[in-house]
Amino acid sequence: MLIRKPSSIRSSEITPRGVYLNRRQLLSGAAALGAFSGLARPALAKFDGLAKSKYSTTEPETPYQVVTSYNNYYEFGTAKDQPAKYAGTLRTRPWTVSVEGEVAKPRVFDIDEILKLAPLEERIYRHRCVEGWSIVVPWVGYSLSEILKRVEPTSEAKFVAFQSLYDRKQMPQGVYAGIQLPYVEGLRMDEAMNPLALLCVGLYGDVLPNQDGAPVRMVLPWKYGFKSIKSIVKIRLVKKQPPSTWNIENSHEYGFYSNVNPSVDHPRWSQATERRLGDFFKRPTQMFNGYGNEVAQMYAGMDLRKYF
Amino acid sequence: MAKTNRFIAWLKPPAFLLCLAPALWLIWRGLHQDLGANPVETITHATGDWTIRFLLITLSVTPLRFVTGRAELIRFRRMLGLFAFFYGTLHLFTYLWLDQFFNVASIGKDILKRPFITAGMTAFACMAPLAATSTAGWIRRLGGKNWQRLHRLIYVSASAGVVHYYWLVKSDVRLPVMYGGILAVLLLWRVKKNFDDRRAAARRAAGRSGAVAVAGGSRTS
Repeated sequence: MLIRKPSSIRSSEITPRGVYLNRRQLLSGAAALGAFSGLARPALAKFDGLAKSKYSTTEPETPYQVVTSYNNYYEFGTAKDQPAKYAGTLRTRPWTVSVEGEVAKPRVFDIDEILKLAPLEERIYRHRCVEGWSIVVPWVGYSLSEILKRVEPTSEAKFVAFQSLYDRKQMPQGVYAGIQLPYVEGLRMDEAMNPLALLCVGLYGDVLPNQDGAPVRMVLPWKYGFKSIKSIVKIRLVKKQPPSTWNIENSHEYGFYSNVNPSVDHPRWSQATERRLGDFFKRPTQMFNGYGNEVAQMYAGMDLRKYF
Repeated sequence: MAKTNRFIAWLKPPAFLLCLAPALWLIWRGLHQDLGANPVETITHATGDWTIRFLLITLSVTPLRFVTGRAELIRFRRMLGLFAFFYGTLHLFTYLWLDQFFNVASIGKDILKRPFITAGMTAFACMAPLAATSTAGWIRRLGGKNWQRLHRLIYVSASAGVVHYYWLVKSDVRLPVMYGGILAVLLLWRVKKNFDDRRAAARRAAGRSGAVAVAGGSRTS
């Protein structure tokens, strides 16, 4: 008979059950405290030697805790605290992204290949939701053009169509989303090739948390947040303007372009101002979310009331 | 009867505190920095939710009274209605202050241009005179019949409130549809009761009432 030695762990070292059970609360409490003293970066940043970007803003970053606990990701519930609660079921490995359509060399990229395809940069962007709130996020990634160049778009490629993962097993809340899934989005070719258009694999120096669109998403800082599609599985270059999810649901309220524009109201609310999360007062919303220098020329001559 | 009276008098303070609990809970969370990433939105949604809930609870008092045969339930109705007004006022001021910062031009534009704001304002406008005339003095001054007629505005208020909610959500309409369903049941019950009462009255007027059972819920009143 095997006689076990008494445990070498002293009872004083054992975490009391109450503290153990409340560790999440303690952590979130600590994070919330950190949130207001600017100490919210995760201690272990996964990406080393991220290049700085000339496109980064110097505005104060929205705390990690806020960025990762308040967002829309309807596949995981329609309330903004639900993605953080339910996205744990998303499997981000194995993961592939098919880049196809009007290209000379269609390819299926493995996520680990995408992570090494081009030097990763930290880009601190303003992010404006169509609902009237905004955040500042240090994203990690590189310009979408990097991956598009590698498949050699043909002269027929006029638009880029994106598609998210939709797996009911991983996303059981998706059936209540009230929108058609899988989520699809689109860009004009020149928008997709604009260096600001970020293929994003992380935030705050670490990989993307599931609720923020892991393992790879778009970030388009001059457009309303819903254009920045999450958890991408397919990128297809096409001849005609592709459908986009919110435009399918309500074309009167959500246009294909959806550039941030304080002078064109959403039919149900004004877009003139926004609340930066953490601020008490609202601030004026900027044309193209303040990225006019980089993107305005793409829309020169267009009636932005018509092409909203 | 005296026993029931004493019981109700005893029950009112805890019922009052229970109705106040959602507001106290919000204050508690506010003091503990627990209102989430967008506190103004949290407060707006919570106060709006409780306004609709209290309107529906208030509207269930009469049906519940007839179904259970407990006439004394009526004595909680005024308090419940005033709590609907209380949460509605908090909801309105959250919008006026924390969302619009009392910018009159912007608020005016919102009311005229945004149907869901128009509906919300209608709901509140219909609720305010009911709160103002909720006292025994006002029932006397207006006369029971007129007072009752005025207070039917709660049907408009609750309907406008549900429409306000339905028009504001982006795609997931489960909750507004559920509130709308509950409201429909409560209003249809009244339509049916009214119909039954009229028929019973007509029968009595025709002198055929005699031993015939009186229809509907009026038997229990």
